[in-house]
Amino acid sequence: MTTIDITEQGLRYLNETLQQQSAGTNQKEWDIINPRGSHAIAVGLDAPIQVTVNGSTGYYCGGMNKQASITIKGSAGPGVAENMSSGMVVVEGDASQYAGATGRGGTLVIRGNAASRCGISMKGIDIIVAGNIGHMSAFMAQKGNLVVLGDAGEALGDSLYEARLFVRGSVKSLGADCIEKDMTEAHIKQLAELLERADMDADPAQFRRYGSARQLYHFDVDNVSAY
Amino acid sequence: MCGIVGLFLKDDALKPQLGEMLSAMLITMTDRGPDSAGIAIYGDETAGQTKITVQSGTPDSDFPALEKHIQDQTHLAKDKLSFTMRDTHAVIVAAETDKDHILTLIRDNHPNIRVMSQGQSIEIYKEVGLPKDVVERFALTQATGSHGIGHTRMATESAVTTLGAHPFSTGSDQCLVHNGSLSNHNMMRRKLRAEGVNIQTENDSEVAAAYLSARMSEGETLGEALTSGLNDLDGFFTFVVGTKTGFGVLRDPIACKPAVMAETDAYVAFGSEYRALVNLPDIDLARVWEPEPAEVYFWSH
Repeated sequence: MTTIDITEQGLRYLNETLQQQSAGTNQKEWDIINPRGSHAIAVGLDAPIQVTVNGSTGYYCGGMNKQASITIKGSAGPGVAENMSSGMVVVEGDASQYAGATGRGGTLVIRGNAASRCGISMKGIDIIVAGNIGHMSAFMAQKGNLVVLGDAGEALGDSLYEARLFVRGSVKSLGADCIEKDMTEAHIKQLAELLERADMDADPAQFRRYGSARQLYHFDVDNVSAY
Repeated sequence: MCGIVGLFLKDDALKPQLGEMLSAMLITMTDRGPDSAGIAIYGDETAGQTKITVQSGTPDSDFPALEKHIQDQTHLAKDKLSFTMRDTHAVIVAAETDKDHILTLIRDNHPNIRVMSQGQSIEIYKEVGLPKDVVERFALTQATGSHGIGHTRMATESAVTTLGAHPFSTGSDQCLVHNGSLSNHNMMRRKLRAEGVNIQTENDSEVAAAYLSARMSEGETLGEALTSGLNDLDGFFTFVVGTKTGFGVLRDPIACKPAVMAETDAYVAFGSEYRALVNLPDIDLARVWEPEPAEVYFWSH
């Protein structure tokens, strides 16, 4: 275990040190203290290391993550795990707006609530939220899974492409071209795996699935000549 | 961007530290907007007395002239009159009954002097420059009071001037700070001016302040005025608003401008980011949350 104190050693030192770790590093466990809401903590990591951030973070914690497993023992500011490719980011508190935005892979787990625009433009990331999510979540989401154990705010999945949205609670409203879809055995199996990965105890049969109706202009074969 | 902070004290024992706590919160937000900064403090009040905070770019000549001019008014209640200069600002304390006379005197005879605020408890200090410099120039760490709000500006809608800095005060003991941009402020300014409301600048945030003041002058509470604002003000905004007894927060329905709040038994605090709150007492035990879009939050003493 290596401890880095952001107040003492600085954010630049923290990120440079973590970014220098390679696949074969012997220093697998990192403990970050005094985050005090700083921006861009533990961004751009690309090694199979475990990073624990002891406190709440500001903008973009865990952004562009590859391979690393990052746990935030507090709440996360806007854009947590933005554009993540692989690895895992766990937020033990709440997450602010656009959590997991544009993520291409990996897993984002939020044990509290997520604010607006959770999973906006997600491209393959899996996001599991124990609480509620805010309005305009999964806007233009292209790929991946968004699982919500609580409720979803207004305009869920507006202009959605092929991402899958699973919500256990209520949905205030669906966005343009987002509809409820059947839960097949395959979906229940996939959801059970996602819940297990996030260490969340919930019955997959209680969820509803939402996805794209594929009725927007660019999905209509009659419009193909326009391109 | 812009950075906003606000602090509403529930525990009177913290009153002597209001300025120190609020100044530290504002300085933390400096990198959200380094153009200009300001703080409104709701300090001690005395029954029957009013405070007028004024500003001048040439205080050395303007303020002594104003002070003499006021002293020369033989019918004013001199025992209640005081004139305290602080850098480019001065606070005039006078009998409540003399307030309108002094305001008219300033308006008609002292064109270089701008009224920042007036009311029983409010004082506003704002200038072009970094929060730390503004805090130092006006000794804001020593300010005491029950609640206050602060703003550090990254100008988008209008020029970087003292009058374009926040907080804006458009009514007695009222003020507003804003992060965002309003899209219907020109139309709203014309409407409000047609109703007889005095708006000094081309700044969108002043229009929001004037709008809320106009609604409250028609009898609405701050909470009701904020609810009306959701229908009438178009654009992006996070507002923090102060009145003599209260402190309100409102975000537009899209809510893309950041906001975080913390509450303990001793205070309610607002910050554009959590960073602004980390030094508050018992922050680790506070309830910390992000205010919901289009929901009016309001606390009152």
